[in-house]
Amino acid sequence: MSDPVERIAVSTDQDVVRVRQLVRTIAVSAKLSLVDQTKLVTAASELARNTLVYGGGGTVEVTRVDNGRRQGIRIVFADQGPGIADLDLALTDGYTTGGGLGLGLSGARRLVDEFDIETAVGQGTSITVTKWCR
Amino acid sequence: MALEPDEASRLAALLEDKQEELVGAWTDRVAQSLRGRLSRAELQRQTTELRKGFQSALAGGATDLTQEAAAELRAQLSDLSTGRARQGFSATETAVSLFALKEALLGVLDGGDAGNLREYVAFSEFVDAAALFTFDTYVHVRESLIADQAEQLLELSTPVVKLWDGVVAVPLVGTLDSARAQVVMERLLQTLVDTGSPYAIIDITGVPAVDTQVAQHILKTVVAARLMGADCIISGIRPQIAQTIVALGIEFGDIATKASLADALRYALNKTRTRES
Repeated sequence: MSDPVERIAVSTDQDVVRVRQLVRTIAVSAKLSLVDQTKLVTAASELARNTLVYGGGGTVEVTRVDNGRRQGIRIVFADQGPGIADLDLALTDGYTTGGGLGLGLSGARRLVDEFDIETAVGQGTSITVTKWCR
Repeated sequence: MALEPDEASRLAALLEDKQEELVGAWTDRVAQSLRGRLSRAELQRQTTELRKGFQSALAGGATDLTQEAAAELRAQLSDLSTGRARQGFSATETAVSLFALKEALLGVLDGGDAGNLREYVAFSEFVDAAALFTFDTYVHVRESLIADQAEQLLELSTPVVKLWDGVVAVPLVGTLDSARAQVVMERLLQTLVDTGSPYAIIDITGVPAVDTQVAQHILKTVVAARLMGADCIISGIRPQIAQTIVALGIEFGDIATKASLADALRYALNKTRTRES
C-alpha cells in the first residue's frame, strides 16, 4: 500500500519552510517519535535548502512507505542544477562551496536511515532519503 | 465586441432614465448574494454611486474601461474592492456585485430587437472588464495586507528582554531565516550597548528545528556579541534538538548551553557574583 505523493516545488526560501511543515505533518501522522520527527524535519530542511541554493530550485516529493514490517517516510529531492562533481568531497564534514557550515549534506545523511544520491555534472541531483518508524 | 460611441451614449441615457428601477433591482441582487452581511442602505448607496459612475463614464464617451473618461469609475471600483477586501468579503462576492448590474439591466431593456442585443452584449463586456478590475484591486489589497502582516510579525517576534541587572534575553520563536536572524542580531547588539549588560541569553525553546543555517545564524550572533564584550548563553535545548545537533555534527565550541532559560539565568547570575567578589 502506498499513499499519494505530496509534491512541493522549491523555488524560494518560503518553500523550504513549507517543505519543513509538510514533512512534520506527515511524520506526526506516521507516528514517528519526537526525536525522529525532529531529525527527519531537520534533514529535509537541509536538503531542501541545498536543492534551492545549489540546484537552483527543484521539487520535493514526500511519500508514506511500508516495507511489510515497518512504516516509514520517503522524501525525494530533485533538481536540474549543475550536479555534484566530487561526491566524496561534498560529503566531507566542513566542506562547503557556499559559505555555510559544510554540514548539511553529510549531516542529513546521518539523520536518516537510508540515503541515496544520484548525480552527474550537468545532469542535476536527486537525493532519496527514508526514515523508518521504530 | 467593444461598445460603439453612439451605443455608449444610448446606454448612458438608459441608465439615466431607468435609474430607480435599475438601482432597485441591482441592490436586490447584490443583497441576495451577500446574504445580509452588509445593510441594504449601505448597498443601495454603493449601487447608486456606481450607477452614476457608469453613466458618467458612458456619457463621457468611454467605450473601454481603460479610457480617460472612465477614470472616475475606475477610482470608484477600486474603492469598492478595497473596502470589501478589508471587510473580509471574497473576490468573487465583490465581482458578483458588478455582474448583478447586467441582470438588472436586462430587466429594464424593452423589446428584443437585434440592435438591443448587440448593445447589451457590448455593455456586458464593459461590466465584465469592470468586475475584472475589482478582482485585480482585490488581489492587490490582499497582497499588501499580507506584506504588512509579515513585516509586523518580524517586528513582533524578536523582542529583547532584560531579565536581570546585566542579563538580557532573546526568546526566539518559529523559523529563523536570514532576515529574522539579521533583525535579532541588530536588536541584541543594540540592547547590549543600551543596557551595558555583560550577559545575553539566546533562548531557542520556540524554534522547532535547528538546522545548519539556524545554527550558523546563532553562532554569528554569539561571535558578534563577544566582540562587544558580552558572553552569550544558549538555552532551551530540548532532548530531540540536542540529538539532532549531535547527528548533524554542529559544534557550539566553548559557548555555554543550557536546557532551560532558568538554568541559563542561574548560570549568568553565578558568573556575575564571582566577577563581583
